[in-house]
Amino acid sequence: MIPASFDYARPTSVSEAVSALGAAGEDGKVLAGGQSLIPVLRLRLAYPSTIVDVGRIEELRGVRDDGDAIVIGAMTTHDSVMNDALVQQHAPLIAQATATVADPQVRHRGTFGGALAHADPAGDLGAVALALDCEFVAHGPSGERRIAASDFFEDYLTTALSAEEILTSIRVPKLGAGWSSHYEKFNRVAQAWSIVAVAAVVKRSNGSIEQARVGLTNMGSTPLRASAVEAALAGADASAEAIGAAAEHAAEGTSAPSDLSGKADYREHLARVLTKRAVLTASGV
Amino acid sequence: MTKISVRVDGVSYSDEVEPRTLLVHYLREQLGKVGTVVGCDTSNCGACTVDLDGQSVKSCSVLAVQADGGEVVTIEGLAENNTLHPMQQAFHDNHALQCGYCTPGMIMAARDLLKRNPNPSEDEIREGIEGNLCRCTGYVNIVRAVQQAAGAKS
Amino acid sequence: MTAVEERRAAEIGQSRRRKEDHHLITGATTWTDNLTLPGMLHLAMLRSPLAHARITGVDTSGAKSRPGVIGVFTGQDFKDSQGSLPCAWAPEGLVNVNTPSIAVDQVNFAGEIVAVVAARSRTEAQDALEAIEVDYDPLPAVTHMEAALADGADLVHPATESNHIYRWEFESGAAGTGDPIQQTIDSAEVTVQRRFIQQRLIPAFMEPRATVVQPINGGITMWTSTQIPHILRTLLGVTVGIEEHKVRVIAPDVGGGFGGKIAVMPEEVLCTLIARALNKPVKWCESRSESLLSAHHGRDQIQDITITAKKDGTVTGLDVHLFADMGAYNRLFGPSVPVLGAFMFNAIYKFDAYRFVSEGVYTTKTPTDAYRGAGRPEATFAIERIMDELAVELGMDPMELRRKNWIKREEFPFTTVAGLTYDSGDYDAATDKALALMGWDELRREQAERRERKDPVQLGLGISTFTEMCGLAPSRVLGSLAFGAGGWEHASVRMLATGKVEVVTGASPHGQGHETAFSQIVADKLGVAFEDVEIIHGDTQSSPKGLDTYGSRSLAVGGAAIVKAADKVVAKARTIAAHMLEASEDDLEFEDGSFSVKGSPGSSVALGEIAFATFLGHNLPDGIEPSLDADATYDPVNFSFPHGTHLCAVDIDTETGFTKIRKYVCVDDIGKPINPLIIEGQVHGGLAQGIAQALFEEAVYDESGNLTTGTFVDYTVPSAADLPTFVTDRNETPSTYNDLGVKGVGEAGTIASTPAVINAVVDALRPFGVNDIQMPATPERVWRAIHGQEKSGRAEGGTNAYGGATTDGGAL
Repeated sequence: MIPASFDYARPTSVSEAVSALGAAGEDGKVLAGGQSLIPVLRLRLAYPSTIVDVGRIEELRGVRDDGDAIVIGAMTTHDSVMNDALVQQHAPLIAQATATVADPQVRHRGTFGGALAHADPAGDLGAVALALDCEFVAHGPSGERRIAASDFFEDYLTTALSAEEILTSIRVPKLGAGWSSHYEKFNRVAQAWSIVAVAAVVKRSNGSIEQARVGLTNMGSTPLRASAVEAALAGADASAEAIGAAAEHAAEGTSAPSDLSGKADYREHLARVLTKRAVLTASGV
Repeated sequence: MTKISVRVDGVSYSDEVEPRTLLVHYLREQLGKVGTVVGCDTSNCGACTVDLDGQSVKSCSVLAVQADGGEVVTIEGLAENNTLHPMQQAFHDNHALQCGYCTPGMIMAARDLLKRNPNPSEDEIREGIEGNLCRCTGYVNIVRAVQQAAGAKS
Repeated sequence: MTAVEERRAAEIGQSRRRKEDHHLITGATTWTDNLTLPGMLHLAMLRSPLAHARITGVDTSGAKSRPGVIGVFTGQDFKDSQGSLPCAWAPEGLVNVNTPSIAVDQVNFAGEIVAVVAARSRTEAQDALEAIEVDYDPLPAVTHMEAALADGADLVHPATESNHIYRWEFESGAAGTGDPIQQTIDSAEVTVQRRFIQQRLIPAFMEPRATVVQPINGGITMWTSTQIPHILRTLLGVTVGIEEHKVRVIAPDVGGGFGGKIAVMPEEVLCTLIARALNKPVKWCESRSESLLSAHHGRDQIQDITITAKKDGTVTGLDVHLFADMGAYNRLFGPSVPVLGAFMFNAIYKFDAYRFVSEGVYTTKTPTDAYRGAGRPEATFAIERIMDELAVELGMDPMELRRKNWIKREEFPFTTVAGLTYDSGDYDAATDKALALMGWDELRREQAERRERKDPVQLGLGISTFTEMCGLAPSRVLGSLAFGAGGWEHASVRMLATGKVEVVTGASPHGQGHETAFSQIVADKLGVAFEDVEIIHGDTQSSPKGLDTYGSRSLAVGGAAIVKAADKVVAKARTIAAHMLEASEDDLEFEDGSFSVKGSPGSSVALGEIAFATFLGHNLPDGIEPSLDADATYDPVNFSFPHGTHLCAVDIDTETGFTKIRKYVCVDDIGKPINPLIIEGQVHGGLAQGIAQALFEEAVYDESGNLTTGTFVDYTVPSAADLPTFVTDRNETPSTYNDLGVKGVGEAGTIASTPAVINAVVDALRPFGVNDIQMPATPERVWRAIHGQEKSGRAEGGTNAYGGATTDGGAL
């Protein structure tokens, strides 16, 4: 199928992009890698009046070291992210989860920022961003602002970005000494979206878990933090029993969808099983 | 209409396209490169895979305007001087195709895989072509073909 | 050098690399959608978003004024000219309603065509669809077969008395092929009953369907992605009223079919009508979502199976009752698909009594028709699943139960309780080889050990010892079953002046490798080089006679026809050779492409020389026409019956329900091999599709009759990462019913594998009290089965709606 007609803008700077988006009004749409948007356009599930293609804005690409954080340009492709030395060193969870996104061709085009801004709760990177306490950097008509990951995802396919803002980069705090992570994904066939997945980051000290952050994929209309699990893990023994007991809280506060891949109660069960596995692996138990 | 310039299989083209034109439709309908085919509309099947600026992409999920200034290699550009590319030869030798509809995309994806990982394990091959669906072969002979092509390279 | 060393290696049996490949691996293809004709218009179809509704108005004025639009057509435009799409099966009592290509005043499934745009470009045609306004008056969706048959059920078609289409019965007592079934059931020592669900599947050939029609000389030329150019030519002409000799159908490169392209497609009819109306060539090419929604689906049966046995494990009776969902219309072979399985439920076992009843049902869903195996996978699944359940009931090993009951090698030819005579087979040999390749006993030991220690990952082992009838088919048998076509195949073999050979076949390949396999046969029969043989097919002008490709028939029937034509060529060449060598025909021997006089070395003439002499015609025997070619039309005397033993080992993560195939072994006996490489490829692909039915694929409808698996995101065709490498091997028991000794392999893997996988899954879950699971065995269903959430142990689906085959209200 062929998308419906639209106007096309291809800015070469962030300020040009913000202007183009402002000029487009409510029906403008940012085109990043296009791996979610173009299929949607082809199926004619969306009719944007203007597409603002940010693919030629060089400043949006690449990963840089910024002291206690790494900064991932929103237009950095999944393939670049997962193979980036800074990401692998300071945020291996991102490298691991990104490698499970779709397939190689999609990872060559799809972008880190594009996937996050699309905000599909079944996408893998939202839970990761939550677990890593990332910060989202957006540019709009009134300049730059930073949005905490916990404030970024508002609803199904809806973020805190306004219609005139674009996501420019994501700041990922470096995981320091004693921290480790794991992404545990479950799907029916290799190229399918996650039925449920769990991102876990854990700080261990002296045989116990000092702190843990757990993000859930596809357990509600947005990616979620498993707060009850985190509370139960704080100070718990780094043992299979304690981790298993904490993981029993994984579905608390979630509102899992029911669809062809699973009803809510099955997803809740998976959240518990996968949380246990993610935390066990992350903590090396 | 937007003017684009693209190099495809070693030939430079300049054309006016509608911004909504998909790269695959530009290749097929404006350039006559019908060797690259369309198999789905959700970027699942990979039949339309081509190389864009050195990376495999699904040309049904790229706008032609996004390829402006780019270099595209399609299945039609792989053989040189009537000598098959090693991956094409390996597909033939191993009976890695039946109806052949997925084959252009499958060969382009497999070729890209070996560029990144010259000696993949069987699991790495299977994951490396997971974005390409084949309904005929059950994939066994495709995996064998990629293994042969990898052996020929290393 | 001795004569033996000089002999050319035989082609038959060699793993020749395919002639077909070069253009496919270089992109020099001829898919229908690649074709562009001067002045060609593009068609786009507007399809009903509702499953069931009266059409109260269609406003096309907006679309007509869109840029590039040449015409917009509705059902009103074609109500008198479109005819009724054919159903080539007409048993007594079949209810068959008018089957339009474009709906006139009512839509009966979501996806039915309600309007067509013809425009200068594909884009303009698609844009204009959005400007057509259709007013619908919704009617109740009819989605469940058993509900559709209940008293007072909403009718799909207002003109019928019920949604019941037909009841077709075979009973061994009445047929004289065995004991009466009821008597056997009444006196049974052991009885096991099960309800199995064959979920609705979508063939999902990789090449979306496409058609180009050019009006020419008062008729048409049609290029189309079809498996059946010959049948289509005849039936299309009948449907829309064009005389047969004015229709030329070309099947260029066709990207897979799997039964899904055995059709007279509504779109083919509409392309024809619109091309003629506008006097312009037109093209239609579907999108994948259009294909999944509207190309015919397959399977979709509810099977109630009863098996009876003696306490010692000797099976006695098999009673089969099934409902088959036809969807909204009877398509070309749709209602007959279950009947293709009617004689296969008894499989390789020696039953005393057998009954098969099939009932067809209308629902407001996409019509069903052939999908790889067509009737036989359903039959094989049912018998192989219930044999496992009987083994559990009897406390027997499932393989020992099978061995005790299957036909022994020395008992062939064997006439079954269903009245078919099986040609040959050796079930013990195939099974023994498969068990050894599998390491079966070691896996059983491991299974016991893992059960003992309650490993969260449980091992399951599954068996399927299958047979199928293929090589469709003896024409008289098809006639007796009320089919509107025969089962012969045609071939021509022509010697060209330079000694090259043209072979015309009525088989119509779409990926199988006919050109290679047929070339191998002809090379051996004529003693010419493999490269010197050209296979011509798929165009009713150059290949005027044929019955096309389905039912694993191309080699067993089409190949046999080629052998007969080649034999005729050799016979005629013999006459000419005798003249050239001044010898008696009786004194000539033909070997490696040359005739020589027995006992007179040095006096020989090659077939190529004879061909050239014939071309010259200067000196031929009196009364011999100057041509060296022959036609043959072959009608088999029987089906062929390949068989095999398939074994599957699965690891099931009992915490998540995820099933991973750990090892899959099959040993197939398909008679004499022509090209082992092609055979192996056919088996691999068949296995992938059968496994996909077991684990991955299902066309799901919601309660309002909408297909919810309308893209490849939701209709999950497995990728390379979802399947294992298969271990395949062969055993050879030649067929006794054709000259080549071949049987057929196109459907074997699909037919055999589904029950092997499900038997393995159920085997893994037996310790949890599970004795059945609905397909596909998704992780969720496995998990629910483990937790006993359904009385029967059958899992609940991911939504509250399934395909037509649901377990509601009928679980045993």
